[in-house]
Amino acid sequence: MTVRERLRQNISAAFYRHGLLCASYPVPIILFTSASILTCCYPLLKLPLPGTGPVEFTTGVRDYSVPSHESQGNLSERPDWYRGPPVAYIQQVLVKAAVSPWDNSLVPVDVFRSPLGRVFSLLEEIRNHIYTDRSLEALCLQVTDLLPGLRRMQAVLPEHGCLLVSPGNYWQNRRDLFDADPDLLKTVHQHEPKGLHTSATLKDLLFGVPGKQTGVSLYSKKRVVTYTITIALSSYDARFVASLRARLKLLHPSANCTLREDHMVHVHFKEEIGIAELIPLVTTYIILFAYIYFSTRKIDMVKSKWGLALAAVVTVLSSLLMSVGLCTLFGLTPTLNGGEIFPYLVVVIGLENVLVLTKSVVSTPVDLEVKLRIAQGLSNESWSIMKNMATELCIILIGYFTFVPAIQEFCLFAVVGLVSDFFLQMFFFTTVLSIDIRRMELADLNRRLPAEAGMPPPKPGPLRPRETPPPPRPSPHTITLQAPAFRNLRLPKRLRVVYFLARTRLAQRIIMVGTVIWIGILVYTDPAGLRTFLAAQVSEQSPLGEAGLPPHLGVAPVFPGGDPTSTLSVLPAPEPTPLPENQSQGHRAARPGVAPVSSPQITWGPEDEELWRRLSFRHWPSLFSYYNITLAKRYISILPVIPVTLHLSPQEAIDTRHPQDTHHAPPPSIKTSDLQTDLTLYKVAALGLFAGVVLVLLLFCLYRVLCPRNYGQNGVPHGRRRRGDLPCDEYGYSPPISEISPLLLRGHSMDIECLASDGMLLASCCLAGSACEAESLLGADFREPGGVAMGGPDVDIFPIRRRTNPARPALFGDQPDLTPLIDTNFGSLPPSQTLSSSGFDFGELVEKAYQEHEPSPTLAFPPSPPASQQRRRSLGDQPVLPPELPPQSNGDWDSSVWAMELRGNLIATGRSSGKLEIYQCDLICCSYFLVSISLMKMEIVAARLNGSLDFFTVEINKPLGLLQYRGPPGRGSLPPSPCYSSEDVISCQLTRSVQCAHQKPITVLKAAAGRVVTGSQDHTVRVYRLEDSCCLFTLQGHSGGITAIYIDQTMVLASGGQDGAICVWDVLTGSRVSHVYGHRGDVTSLVCTTSCIISSGLDDLICIWDRSTGIKLYSIQQEVGCGASLGVISESLLVTGGQGCVSFWDLNYGDLLQTVYLGQSSEGQGVRQLLVLDNAAIVCDFGSELSLVYVPSVLEKLD
Amino acid sequence: MPRLEEHCWSCSCSHSVKTQELSSAGWIVCKTGEMMSIITAVLRHAYGSLHSLQSANLMRRGLVLFIVGVVLALVLNLLQIQRNVTLFPEEVLDTFFSSAWWIPLCCGTAAAVVGLLYPCLDHHLGEPHKFKREWASVMRCTAVFVGINHASAKLDFANNVQLSLTLAALSLGLWWTFDRSRSGFGLGLTTAFLATLIAQLLVYNGIYQYTSPDFLYVRSWLPCIFFSGGVTVGNIGRQPGSTFVFRN
Repeated sequence: MTVRERLRQNISAAFYRHGLLCASYPVPIILFTSASILTCCYPLLKLPLPGTGPVEFTTGVRDYSVPSHESQGNLSERPDWYRGPPVAYIQQVLVKAAVSPWDNSLVPVDVFRSPLGRVFSLLEEIRNHIYTDRSLEALCLQVTDLLPGLRRMQAVLPEHGCLLVSPGNYWQNRRDLFDADPDLLKTVHQHEPKGLHTSATLKDLLFGVPGKQTGVSLYSKKRVVTYTITIALSSYDARFVASLRARLKLLHPSANCTLREDHMVHVHFKEEIGIAELIPLVTTYIILFAYIYFSTRKIDMVKSKWGLALAAVVTVLSSLLMSVGLCTLFGLTPTLNGGEIFPYLVVVIGLENVLVLTKSVVSTPVDLEVKLRIAQGLSNESWSIMKNMATELCIILIGYFTFVPAIQEFCLFAVVGLVSDFFLQMFFFTTVLSIDIRRMELADLNRRLPAEAGMPPPKPGPLRPRETPPPPRPSPHTITLQAPAFRNLRLPKRLRVVYFLARTRLAQRIIMVGTVIWIGILVYTDPAGLRTFLAAQVSEQSPLGEAGLPPHLGVAPVFPGGDPTSTLSVLPAPEPTPLPENQSQGHRAARPGVAPVSSPQITWGPEDEELWRRLSFRHWPSLFSYYNITLAKRYISILPVIPVTLHLSPQEAIDTRHPQDTHHAPPPSIKTSDLQTDLTLYKVAALGLFAGVVLVLLLFCLYRVLCPRNYGQNGVPHGRRRRGDLPCDEYGYSPPISEISPLLLRGHSMDIECLASDGMLLASCCLAGSACEAESLLGADFREPGGVAMGGPDVDIFPIRRRTNPARPALFGDQPDLTPLIDTNFGSLPPSQTLSSSGFDFGELVEKAYQEHEPSPTLAFPPSPPASQQRRRSLGDQPVLPPELPPQSNGDWDSSVWAMELRGNLIATGRSSGKLEIYQCDLICCSYFLVSISLMKMEIVAARLNGSLDFFTVEINKPLGLLQYRGPPGRGSLPPSPCYSSEDVISCQLTRSVQCAHQKPITVLKAAAGRVVTGSQDHTVRVYRLEDSCCLFTLQGHSGGITAIYIDQTMVLASGGQDGAICVWDVLTGSRVSHVYGHRGDVTSLVCTTSCIISSGLDDLICIWDRSTGIKLYSIQQEVGCGASLGVISESLLVTGGQGCVSFWDLNYGDLLQTVYLGQSSEGQGVRQLLVLDNAAIVCDFGSELSLVYVPSVLEKLD
Repeated sequence: MPRLEEHCWSCSCSHSVKTQELSSAGWIVCKTGEMMSIITAVLRHAYGSLHSLQSANLMRRGLVLFIVGVVLALVLNLLQIQRNVTLFPEEVLDTFFSSAWWIPLCCGTAAAVVGLLYPCLDHHLGEPHKFKREWASVMRCTAVFVGINHASAKLDFANNVQLSLTLAALSLGLWWTFDRSRSGFGLGLTTAFLATLIAQLLVYNGIYQYTSPDFLYVRSWLPCIFFSGGVTVGNIGRQPGSTFVFRN
């Protein structure tokens, strides 16, 4: 254990020093890290670029020998893959056949019927060719079954024998079937796939030349049929091949053919990744990105969230690159598919360390130096980081000993990746973090000055030091948007969709991308075909252009048309550098157009040498894949072609005719029908274009219909929102005019400081020390005679008379008329000289004050003249009772009210002078009335600045018959408040007093469910039982004074402190359930619902936490000074105050539901206090006024 | 992902048998899923009108789980199919949907059921799951699960025992890393057992078959896949449904 402790200490110390180092020299360390990353990634340059295209290598035929398996020295020109024998040697016999001379008695079918018919004799020749004792059977590549999925090709492709493909395969290599076939073209085309195809077609495979060049078409103008007989040889016998070549040349001489025959080309195929294989990969990557997203989103409370997220991602990525680079450096070539294991590596390495580091650093005390913060944060997390790392290394080590090569390789990579990731975290990320935090503090400084300069001058009069609105603290980490009220404006769904489309221009982009992809597919499918097609188009459409071409551009030799003797005109490849294929092809294709009646010419050009290049690069892999032979990572050798020229006489063509051939009508129009195969292309193009146009039109209509008119120019009119305007979002959309109209209650002369309510009545007090009570249910406000405060400074609570409010009779017309209510007039007497007195005096106030200050003479006062002049005293138990209101007690009137509670008709206030009502003692902040079991009984708990707690009992003696209940009961949770008539005798008794509840001043006190919870500056929270004032628990866990406490009837206790931490406690056991850091600065208020905790801090940020896990769900940036004003109306409705407005939020989603503006002229008036009443109304202060907002509509929506 | 076993079954049986058996198996699975959803929904309803939000929440969670199940089934199915086929000449999209149509449905339903059972069980045991409940770790868990499937499909092991042992270790590691709750372990084991049993029955009845069965009729690593799938789905299901869209 001691070893462990020591180890832990050492690690912690090392991390501390390291953190200091990183924070002290950020720039050199980042440079060093970058240099090391680049160094480690350097070996990656040697790795081949990823790609799936085949690679070629050309050798001479004469000195060819099968390459050996082991690499031979430094034959630098030889590629790595050129080892061992190839999969097959491909020998192609290129046949060009034509019926010549062509005469007009021939039908179009004759163009290819007899030339194709000659393939059978050629095949026979090739099969039977024997050189010395070797036949083709011995040399060729023997294939077995086709793949089971290719039944339909079974009749066409050879099985169980030589892989020898030719057009004859269409007819099972049988001449009789060929002769009996009435429609050759149909036979050929019946195997063609419909629509766009991506791989080689059967026609390509069998003919061995691109489909356009075969000439097997009714409308061919060249009348030359080209096809190949492809032989796959398993072993290379130079003499056999040479003799075959000689034999074929002898039989079918191609005079003047100068095809080069001395090069064989080796083609290496890489591993092909199909779309099907990509789908799991893509899924993995999607999951990976989601992981990164969710991880980096947790980075919070930093200057630049994006910057740190980027740094985290860079850390992970470059550690991976480093690991690959290092492995390559030490000769571990990655055999695994890198892209495939990459996501898992990221997941194994993870972003957790980075997040933990960030969280730990930002939760260090803000007032420390940056260096020290970094160092402390590092050393706090050092042990867990090291532990995790050791665990991961162990797991990987175990994985290494599975002795499965793939896993071993993965583990090796993972180890290197982990180590390099650790290195980068320690050096790179820590340094970036330190820079970020320094920037944040600088920003703090910069922002603080103007913020303080812009503060309004301090208000005159007595200010309460604690609850005065804090100076508008800069909110430095305003990660959220600046105008939070409009961030999540709830728009109708369709509008949101339209806005989204409009904002991202999604449709246009999709169309564009779609077009590009479509064109890409077209080009990719048959690049040669498209090009030749285009070239043919050009030359065809401009016969003049052909003639007008300068002679050096056009192909000079013109064929002697109609001369039968020289049909074998050969193009002798005049240019040493052959023309680009498409160009020469184009001209050549155009040539028959010039002389359409000329006899077909068979020409051999340099482009015929490697005709296979024109084929799709998937040609060979797909041919072999039919026999379950993969060419991935292997190569084939392509031998030089054997040219065969066939000339057939017209008579021969006529002889081989099938009887039905002549039934084919001659083509009506050669020009259009030549493009027949391309018509599908046009169709697709037209369809695509049409669809695109329709889509654009549709979107345009949608846009016109749904978008507001001022879309696009919203910057000017809405750039600066005036007060009183309804909020608009960035598209000029205004939420519906709220049907919620706030009700203003006036009466205070200064800013309102305290608010209290029991659901029926509302009490408020202002800085002047006067309290005001309003009938919240009725919306009628009770006026307090301000003159009393000035005239009689000893009076704290003023008798409040209800007056009917004539202004809004209709609004509350359905409410019961409560005029017969008995007014409760109670005042307090400040016997300032009697320290130990606990007499409780509810008196009545002079009525005449009303007369002076009522603005309207129409007010009707309930006649209570006898009571008005008579003051009654409650009878305390204490012997010292103030018999009479003391004449004057100077200095008391300016003590402001610090706390106020209202229950029933009783108002209790705590004053800065330390009085609970009339008591002269150093009471500080809070008092609480509680309805105990008996309705007649109430208890008051008062906490004082010196750390003591007083428990009072209030008893009201009242004639039973006079007991009245007032109004409809609230929502069932509270018993109906009893009314205390002025005839009641109210007595207050100090039952218990806890002298040393806390060592330091008590700052907050709450009571519920029979528990009294106090929080103090001494960093502790204490829980007392109400009955016997026994201290049940002392809860420790905060590192600062307690500033906020929440407890409710279900015994949920949460506390927030000056350290910005929020703790949730179990009241039954006194254990800490969760502990989160959420705020920079004090936590100012806390509210819990059944599922979440809502906290607000001095940083004007409202955070919503998941109650069970302590995970922050989201946060709402409040306006300056309004941070503490929040309330929960129902389980899912949060109300917050802002500058002159209150906002309603959906608690589950963090959506802004509605913003209610309290007045038109709300300059600088922030809502600092907010109280939720039971009857779905909220009361908030609004400067010197009270504002009552009744929210029926929101509630309806929720229910 | 439970019921992933179907992936490995090559489609060599006759269609009539398939449809017949499919109807019974699928029916059972679907009915169980429905029953569970109904029961939980009724339970939730009992909480009163205040919880109407919660039942909608439950529905949404079930829907999300179902979709996750379907997608994972399709993707992982593809992974398993690729093991036998090396090249994909044409019909790329055909292979994507090559599995029988009811496999994704069953997987989705099973995912929804198991995923909803997890929080339910937590609730009943009174042990709220607190370990690693962020979405980031859920994503990590899913990635590891896909990785386990990947490994089962792509890695060439010397023998099947080694493969199964490795996968078992990986599954246990998954549970330890992301769950660590008794209920999760128990439910995962139950899922693995039941699903393997169902797989055995299905194969026994000839609906499907494995290319090289080594554990009665199925592959021996199947329970591991089920276990990790159960844990993964449970992890997703435990996420607070109301906050599927987090905001910061």
